[in-house]
Amino acid sequence: MFELTALESEAIRLSLRVAFWSVTASLPFGLAAAWLLQRYDFYGKTLLNGIIHLPLVLPPVVVGYLLLILLGRRGPLGSWLYETFGISLPFTWEGAALAAAVMAFPLMVRAIRLSIETIDQNLETAARTLGASRLSVFLTITLPLIAPGILAGCVLAFARSLGEFGATITFVSNIPGETRTLPLALYSLIQTPDGETGALRLAVLSVILSLAALGASEIIERRLRARLID
Amino acid sequence: MKNLDVDLHHRLGKMTLEAKFACETGGITAIFGRSGAGKTSLVNMLAGLLKPDRGRISLGGETLFDSAAGIDVPIERRRLGYVFQEGRLFPHLSVRNNLTYGLKRVPKGERRIELEQVVALLDIESLLERRPQALSGGEKQRVALGRALLANPKLLLMDEPLAALDQPRKDEILPFIEQLRDEMALPIIYVSHSMQEIVRLADTLVLMSSGRVEAVGSVEDLTSRLDLRPLTGRYEAGAVLATAIAGQDKAFGLTELRFAGGRLKVPHLNLPLGQGLRVRIRARDVSIALTPPRDTSILNMIECEVKAISEERSPQVDLQLDAGGAAIWARITARSCQALGLRPGLKVFALIKSVAIDRQSLGRRDQAARFLSEDE
Repeated sequence: MFELTALESEAIRLSLRVAFWSVTASLPFGLAAAWLLQRYDFYGKTLLNGIIHLPLVLPPVVVGYLLLILLGRRGPLGSWLYETFGISLPFTWEGAALAAAVMAFPLMVRAIRLSIETIDQNLETAARTLGASRLSVFLTITLPLIAPGILAGCVLAFARSLGEFGATITFVSNIPGETRTLPLALYSLIQTPDGETGALRLAVLSVILSLAALGASEIIERRLRARLID
Repeated sequence: MKNLDVDLHHRLGKMTLEAKFACETGGITAIFGRSGAGKTSLVNMLAGLLKPDRGRISLGGETLFDSAAGIDVPIERRRLGYVFQEGRLFPHLSVRNNLTYGLKRVPKGERRIELEQVVALLDIESLLERRPQALSGGEKQRVALGRALLANPKLLLMDEPLAALDQPRKDEILPFIEQLRDEMALPIIYVSHSMQEIVRLADTLVLMSSGRVEAVGSVEDLTSRLDLRPLTGRYEAGAVLATAIAGQDKAFGLTELRFAGGRLKVPHLNLPLGQGLRVRIRARDVSIALTPPRDTSILNMIECEVKAISEERSPQVDLQLDAGGAAIWARITARSCQALGLRPGLKVFALIKSVAIDRQSLGRRDQAARFLSEDE
């Protein structure tokens, strides 16, 4: 009854892949940034905080354009990447993942930072008096305690990545099979005559996908909390 | 026995903490002082949680901190157990995993204290699979104590471990700490502002006041010193006597104690003859008579000599009495003091109500020997 067309399944698979890599690749940086901003005071902290939060307030098109300038073949970072590693990000799905990651980054950092803030640091000192090194304390005490916050950050970032449109279309364009994610496919269908039915189907698919992601995170979070509270 | 040598200077807001003392850390060493005296800061410096501005800390010949030599051993390598006031159990781990957190980090060859031993000592077998959230306050503190013990520390620091508990919970924990002292032979530093706890547990006393260590010595000696009275506290004023069980009066449910100055009758104690026992007699429970009164309900009349009279301008005065070498305090009104013509050197009788000596004034059992040997 609800058979997926080739175009639809392609867009879904691409969207999931982009969102997955966007979250996976940015998680270590998100964790580090949240840790840095929450636990340390340093010169330029306000500036770093501002830069991380910029994609939240900037029009997505601007972010996409800046990425293009920076990472384009002739851009300062792009030319270096291409000459050194042969990597080119514009017009590729990896580029789409990067654009999505940049847009979702502030959401991830905020969620993780909030969870770090709620940890009782006394527990960490207690662990050190029991003979655990700083690293060991982080792995055995801090990380398990902020796990729900990390999960919440990942879900937010995943959802944001699934819906990313402006920065993606500006940075990596709208190439079928390579960068045409769900929102971009929907946009293309609206632009074509007689595309309304297809557009509606994609809209319904988006809703289902988002609900599934939320449901999954709810289940995982409940398990994590159960371990904490019992 | 480990020698603890401390010489520290540290600014804490408006107060300067200056702690210079050395002591043998056998048994329990209590750090006593009012809140704000700097007790917790001192212990945190020992543990490495707070870095002193300058000074030295050494334990058993090993330097833990020396600002001049640039030594600051990290917390996890000092191997000092720490029992915090609030327990600080890890909420995401079961009681068993909380207990073994430190143990797992001790090399196998260096483990003297094992899980089974601590579980038996603290009676926490039934709690092992529970989460800390499901424990009562007293149970949490027992687990916290066990966790610190299992890290096989060289010295155990306890920062008012009972302060957050109500009296029944305190009574639940105290016997465990006593057992620890007597069976584990682990030196303990015990921070408290309760003289009651200290008398019951400690051997050595470190007195602190507004950031300074004012005196270090045995509990008996420091509590009988007149010049330290303002520090040991007015309400708490009293003397600690080393005694031994001398007899039982089964018919009336009384126990007789021997001490350097004579005999004391107290409510029944289920202890063997000859057993040593420390007794705290509060100054407000002692009255004075010039001749032994007749037809009185008071059972304990101890012949003493007035050693000193505190010179406070208040309706009350404190007398220091000498009973065969043991110090006893008495708090009476200034009016009675004048009416009886009390002065140093005068022979008097100290009257102590038996029922005033309750379980809570009874402390450590050994160590009474030195007074008793002189007695016989």
